Amino acid sequence: MSSDANKSPSASQKTRFWHDPAKRAILFQSLLVIAVLGFVGMIVQNTLHNLESRGITTGFAFLSQEAGFGIIQSLIDYSESSSYGRTFFVGLLNTLLVSVLGIIAATLLGFIMGIARLSNNWLISKVASAYVEIFRNIPLLIQIFFWYFAVLRALPSPRQSLEPIENIFINVRGLYMPEPIYGDGFGWVVAAFFIAVVAVFFISRWSKKRQDETGQRFPMLWTAAGLIIGLPLLVYWVMGSPLTWEAPVLKGFNFRGGMTIIPELAALWVALTIYTAAFIAEIVRSGIEAVSHGQTEAASALGLNRGKVLRLVVVPQAVRVIIPPLTSQYLNLIKNSSLATAIGYPDLVSVFAGTTLNQTGQAIEVIFMTMLVYLTLSLLVSAFMNWFNTRMALVER
Amino acid sequence: MKKMGLIAATAAMTVGLSVNASAADTLAAVKERGFVQCGVTTGVPGYSNPDDKGNWKGMDVDVCRGIAAATLGDASKVKYIPLNAKERFTALQSGEIDVLSRVTTWTLTRDSSLGLNFAGVTYYDGQGFLINKNLGVKSALELDGASMCIQSGTTTELNAADYFRENKMQFEPVVFDTADQTVKGFEAGRCDVLTSDQSQLYALRIKLSNPNSAMILPEIISKEPLGPVVRQGDDAWFNVVKWSLFAMINAEELGLTSKNIDGKKNSKNPNIARFVGAEGIKGTGLGLADNWAYNIVKQVGNYGEAFDRNLGMNSPLKIERGLNALWNKGGLQYAPPIR
Repeated sequence: MSSDANKSPSASQKTRFWHDPAKRAILFQSLLVIAVLGFVGMIVQNTLHNLESRGITTGFAFLSQEAGFGIIQSLIDYSESSSYGRTFFVGLLNTLLVSVLGIIAATLLGFIMGIARLSNNWLISKVASAYVEIFRNIPLLIQIFFWYFAVLRALPSPRQSLEPIENIFINVRGLYMPEPIYGDGFGWVVAAFFIAVVAVFFISRWSKKRQDETGQRFPMLWTAAGLIIGLPLLVYWVMGSPLTWEAPVLKGFNFRGGMTIIPELAALWVALTIYTAAFIAEIVRSGIEAVSHGQTEAASALGLNRGKVLRLVVVPQAVRVIIPPLTSQYLNLIKNSSLATAIGYPDLVSVFAGTTLNQTGQAIEVIFMTMLVYLTLSLLVSAFMNWFNTRMALVER
Repeated sequence: MKKMGLIAATAAMTVGLSVNASAADTLAAVKERGFVQCGVTTGVPGYSNPDDKGNWKGMDVDVCRGIAAATLGDASKVKYIPLNAKERFTALQSGEIDVLSRVTTWTLTRDSSLGLNFAGVTYYDGQGFLINKNLGVKSALELDGASMCIQSGTTTELNAADYFRENKMQFEPVVFDTADQTVKGFEAGRCDVLTSDQSQLYALRIKLSNPNSAMILPEIISKEPLGPVVRQGDDAWFNVVKWSLFAMINAEELGLTSKNIDGKKNSKNPNIARFVGAEGIKGTGLGLADNWAYNIVKQVGNYGEAFDRNLGMNSPLKIERGLNALWNKGGLQYAPPIR
């Protein structure tokens, strides 16, 4: 016995590290990391070698060269003499523009359709389910073509433009609107708006506190609306209307001046919205149906009206179910926006991975940057949605 | 979906596995494989376009067939790989194709920084404008403010921007992915003008539902020499492609056609005797059969025949020879002699 007792500590001291599972795991994992890094290194090395041996220029020096081509829509200053690097940002911003517009509109339409599908009104719920079944089952590219070419064919030429409201023109080249020209003193109007927003924030805190203490409710909605709309209007009038409009004018082939929404943007926006909203509607419906019926009944039994049941009981619980799949839809929408290139909307893929790639011929660099952008955008959106999800999650005590 | 090809080709080059084999000796690879892999357009009438039976026809296709006739003795041994403008160079660089014969303009950037060589000029082209007749425009200088349909991934975007900048005019570029979509955008009235190489404008015009409603403006705003392209660093294959084209041009100059070349096989004219491989260096320098040039003319025809059949008066396009006439007939087509 004693010899055994003496033996065991000496044996454990002598345990070889490959007999220790923890150390062994560390060894294997480092070997794997080295192998992966080595493989990546080999690919990079091989690529550089292949490019060099075939006399293909590499590197990112092309980004500072003059681009020389025009882009139809740009949110930042851009001209033919800008650099290729700038075309990257023009394309990126155009992608972001259509993605953000699409996400907002798809969310709104999706929630409306999702709730409509649950409506007790037979007509409304059938219209909503027909909408979902039709639009989520037609490929997106075909929907984009449909909205683009069908709508284009229906619109008149610039010289026969429709003018539904004075100085707003619709034709096959787009929607032309007067552009606001800010005069002196317009800054005060903007300042008034922000003051109103801050004031509404504090009033709503005060009113919540008062409701918690006394149970009395304050007409918050009307106060907020009055402040946010009324205060800037008042300042605007006091400052003597420091805002003029530059109307678009038909000159030669087309309208000059004013603001334009090109039909490519409109078609892409509509197609992305309608397609993604069909999926969001289903997510919303499933989220609401996931809240057990007992909850609704219990809330009604407490005497809450239908609106409050929805707002205070159903929606907070449904949102927890809705957010994770909603994130995937947002990511899909961002990535689907790259179909823009089919109808000539100047997004990142069309401008940077299209024209710039072709003019410089540096496929690897350009495609690498483009992939990195979509990866970064997607990771950012999902990080934000995860944060939002944690905030909304059930707090268990 | 075409983008998949581009990405796949980029990935192939990144991993670089299949690439090394094909970069080395294209001529040997072609002979072993038994057919030429030729990159063509996805469909431009007159240059490369499948007919109603699915056979590829056109000027660029005839260049590929000429290369196949010279290397393999059989003009039909070509595999056509349709490529869009964006993916064409990557496909060639990665070894997916042996030769790119796809209305491709020879420029300094492409020749010097893409690892490619241009093997001659099959067609001297220039960029022009297609416009709807009822706009009443007679000159490109009246196009200030026009919106313009452009096919992406071509030098045309740069040329158009340069021309409008030079003349202090503005335009609105609407850039489409393929020729078909560009034409659709033009037909739908999205643009006043469609710009492309003039030869392609003729081809695209017959795709319109009413070709007579559109006309081509007289201005040519750029030099667009189109020709076959090969990978840099394989001089033997570069020579084969170059001389296949030269043989077609020389044949027209010598008066050899697919119909009469059999009768001139024993000609006493030393130039013709060298051409058909009865005398001179024959095919040894190129690593080809002695009758390589004969095969091209017999099976494909000379340059003039190919032009007339695909682009000229015997085709729906009816393009004049113009700059593409032989040098001794007022054009620019000139080939070094076979001797």
